[in-house]
Amino acid sequence: MHRLWLRFVALGYLAAILVGPLAIVFWRTFEDGFQPAWDALTSPETIHALKLTLLITAIAVPINTVFGIVCALAIVRRRFPGKGLLNAFIDLPLALSPVVVGLALFLLYGREGWFGGWLEDHGIQVLFALPAMVIATIFVSLPFVAREVVPTLREIGDEQEQAAKTLGASGWQTFWRITLPSIRWAVVYGVILTTARCLGEYGAVAVVSGRIQGKTETATLRVQERYESFDLAGAYAISIVLALMAIAVLVATTVIRPKEANA
Amino acid sequence: MSILVRNVSKRFGDFVALDDVSLDVESGSLTALLGPSGSGKSTLLRIVAGLETADAGEILLSGKDATALAPQKRNVGFVFQHYAAFKHMTVRDNIAFGLKVRKRPKAEIRERVEELLGLVQLQGLGDRYPSQLSGGQRQRMGLARALAPEPQVLLLDEPFGALDARVRAELREWLRHLHDVVSVTTVFVTHDQEEAMEISDQIAVMNAGRLEQVGAPRDLYDQPASAFVMRFVGDAYDLDGALVRPHDVELSPAFEDDAVEAMIVRVTFLGRDVKIELHDGAGGEIVALLERNRYEELGLWRGQTVWARPQRERIFAADEAA
Repeated sequence: MHRLWLRFVALGYLAAILVGPLAIVFWRTFEDGFQPAWDALTSPETIHALKLTLLITAIAVPINTVFGIVCALAIVRRRFPGKGLLNAFIDLPLALSPVVVGLALFLLYGREGWFGGWLEDHGIQVLFALPAMVIATIFVSLPFVAREVVPTLREIGDEQEQAAKTLGASGWQTFWRITLPSIRWAVVYGVILTTARCLGEYGAVAVVSGRIQGKTETATLRVQERYESFDLAGAYAISIVLALMAIAVLVATTVIRPKEANA
Repeated sequence: MSILVRNVSKRFGDFVALDDVSLDVESGSLTALLGPSGSGKSTLLRIVAGLETADAGEILLSGKDATALAPQKRNVGFVFQHYAAFKHMTVRDNIAFGLKVRKRPKAEIRERVEELLGLVQLQGLGDRYPSQLSGGQRQRMGLARALAPEPQVLLLDEPFGALDARVRAELREWLRHLHDVVSVTTVFVTHDQEEAMEISDQIAVMNAGRLEQVGAPRDLYDQPASAFVMRFVGDAYDLDGALVRPHDVELSPAFEDDAVEAMIVRVTFLGRDVKIELHDGAGGEIVALLERNRYEELGLWRGQTVWARPQRERIFAADEAA
């Protein structure tokens, strides 16, 4: 009886908070049939927005994967001054509101900012362009790979790496043949979480992008823009594409999890 | 290849792991580093392998200074207590690792791995993963992996420490046999004096970061250089302020002027010998080991008061005897 109650509460909570709203989005999208939704999705601006989101994700995820692995190795395997600080700073993007991140980038790269003047003199456009949007996305999705890899690295210890060294393997060989295969599932899981975060990023990108339709408008920004323009069908249609991507990512994680247990 | 350790010291924070240690290991010998935990024996082994760096002193391998050499360049094989098996690789790939990173030809690697699988008696298990092996099998795989690149020195850090007693005795014997076949200079760390006595040519006894004595097993037993060595290698008991081995204790049922009065509290038959446990008046415990004939001749019984005297004793400085 007690167990049933627990299950009821857990599932009920999920239904109210997650599934309900999502279901309504689906329903409202197709309320007037497929055509309006399809038209909204195939408009040039929407296609551009979706492509832009995928492009930013495709740049940010590999960078954060490499950075996350390097950081995790530094935190777990090395001793250096400032290590505690690095460990704490990696979590900063989780604590900081993305809007604050966007404003910080504004202060750095804006016309009056630290780098803004120099960049403008050299004809490099950062704000209201792809570079700032990529930087903002990298920032908010920074911790996931490192946070997945750190505990795995701690758990496997460094004896296998020492063994590889005594057997003549260089640092590079040890990394590719021993360390990386040992942490591969943690990396994969971190990459999935990073991807999900990149696809859904709104706040920081909203600040630095300038929201120029057909130029610097990502999928999430497009949803907001459609909504504000009273094109609810359009907003819902793009939302659904984003939701499907997120669901695909989640399914990928549940498919991968049991494999991890066997490895 | 010979190993020379010259005045090596190492600290971990405030803890002195090694204090000015010097040791010679002859080419082709089998040497045991024996000592209680925390005595610095593993640290010394890891410094020889290059997995730790000494704060002071030097390491010479084959007469050449290797103090600053990376572990990759020392050509040593290292066997870990907890195997350090590459979990994502098959037994075959584990053993082949040292050859693959050296980019040896594939055919040669295949041949060498098969040869080693035979040597460590893991034929037919080459395609298994380490998780599918028993502890003893994993350690044999670790040994084959260490031997594959034909190292000049084989270093083993408590290699049998994680195994149960039966497998341990088996592997011990097997290691001795292997050393006779491969005859690579071998140093192994152990806290088990029996293990050290049984398989090594030379034992280096360590205590609190210092080398107490180096010698053949028999010399350590017969001529211990310190109270610590006497207690650690074989049994030793206090008798009238001196250290004595159980079979060097002479018992007499009659009063003797220069002997210690003690009471027999337990008698155990051990086949040829009889073990007699005694309490002296001051609460000290003594153990005497008599031959059975001698025991029956004396007609001793439990509860009897006897006089114990050392036939042969050793007296060490008072601070050491503690």
